[in-house]
Amino acid sequence: MKNNKPQMNRREFIDTVSRKVPTWLAFVSAFGAGELILAKDSDYNPEDHDYAMGIEIHNCIGCGRCADACKNENKVPREHSYFRTWVERYVIPPEGEAIVDSPNGGIDGFPKLKEGTEILRSFFVPKLCNHCAEAPCVQVCPVGATFTSRDGVVLVDESYCVGCRYCIQACPYGARYLHPETHTADKCTFCYHRITKGLLPACVEVCPTGARIFGEKGRRSSPLRRFLRFNDITVLKPGLNTQPKVYYAGADMEVR
Amino acid sequence: MFRPLHQLVPLTIIFAIAVTAFVVGRMYLVPETFGEYGHYRADAVGEVASQEIAYAGYQVCYDCHDDIYDEKMESNHSGVSCEVCHGPAAAHTEAPDEVTPDIPHGRSDCVLCHGYNPSRPSGFPQILPELHNTGKPCMVCHNPHAPVLDHAPTECSACHRKISSQKMVSHHALLECSQCHTVAEGHRTNPASVRADKPESKDVCGSCHDKGAESSRGIPRVDVETHNARYLCWDCHYPHQPEVVR
Repeated sequence: MKNNKPQMNRREFIDTVSRKVPTWLAFVSAFGAGELILAKDSDYNPEDHDYAMGIEIHNCIGCGRCADACKNENKVPREHSYFRTWVERYVIPPEGEAIVDSPNGGIDGFPKLKEGTEILRSFFVPKLCNHCAEAPCVQVCPVGATFTSRDGVVLVDESYCVGCRYCIQACPYGARYLHPETHTADKCTFCYHRITKGLLPACVEVCPTGARIFGEKGRRSSPLRRFLRFNDITVLKPGLNTQPKVYYAGADMEVR
Repeated sequence: MFRPLHQLVPLTIIFAIAVTAFVVGRMYLVPETFGEYGHYRADAVGEVASQEIAYAGYQVCYDCHDDIYDEKMESNHSGVSCEVCHGPAAAHTEAPDEVTPDIPHGRSDCVLCHGYNPSRPSGFPQILPELHNTGKPCMVCHNPHAPVLDHAPTECSACHRKISSQKMVSHHALLECSQCHTVAEGHRTNPASVRADKPESKDVCGSCHDKGAESSRGIPRVDVETHNARYLCWDCHYPHQPEVVR
């Protein structure tokens, strides 16, 4: 009768599934075992590194060379609203709110203050992606296009990003922008292509006063260890518990 | 006759097709290395790392321009990397004859760091470009690789920025550094080998703060002999910000 046939099919189905699914799984995981380009090319092992940056505010002269070098190194659009790093000028008057500005990220210098501006304190604060250990941008990415690499750098997978801008919204430091040509999220990578080859990030390389210190927290010989040891350290917006890896020395309470 | 198993047959087939479609679809849609180290494509790390380098780093410049490098290392610009002024030079290091880095000649580049700006750390060498030899390119007088002419910085704060910014807002703001420190001849030009003196006894503080000292009224006074006699003044009071008692 007709009714017998489906029962055969079910048996066949179970048989098929039990025999073929492991094959498929093996196939998929075989694809997954693709090696890193990085690991193939050199003996660089990301597990050995834990990158971070220190910023000595007392040393920053606001020349904006870091922001300029960053644009040169990483081909960041020259328009005024796209920055991977920028310099802010804080002017704290004797009374009232602090004045903060960053015209073109500080690349062209800072204009004269308005005539008669009273200054209690004033200083420059370089800003960049904080490479948070608990990065909100990584949490919100719906496709896994932004991630923390094994050496502690938050990166963007340009070819996988769908340009939904969630990460740009989520970043409390305003460190991300949507690249106008690729239409994908873009931000500081600590110059990942440089640091993995033993060079310094471009902004650190060109900083003329040593206001930026790059290194590794876990390495005793790293200049960052000295910086962390001999300074009173703050991070930006510590209350958000993002655990930033950009450490500031000499930061005023007004710096946010 | 009612046979309930028969109803499951089409459902099972649909289920099987769905599972197959999911597994096969996933195989094609999920990138190869996705999930290897986390919820991301492991190959992306290598792609980011394969970006081209624009700034070669001063060590590479040294390979050919060691004379200029040595001159610069002796000067106040020792910490200024070559590519700060000359621009990204990785292309130049690969084809030195074809690509020449920038050589800034005008006044605009130096002013980016040395133009007066009240937000800069006090003591950092700054000029008013409108008044400082107007129209003359900086290089007429200053060699950028050894920029100081014949005198070293006159203000202590040129190097001791942090101390000066702390002292500036403290009750000791108006005191000269020389009130407590004797600055030996040569410290300004050779700070690492000729050190400035630091006070060694409590008398230095006592000269103003002792109860018998001849100093203006309003200065807080203690009996230096008996006030926590076991300690030196700076064990508790940081001299550059004496309000702070540690």
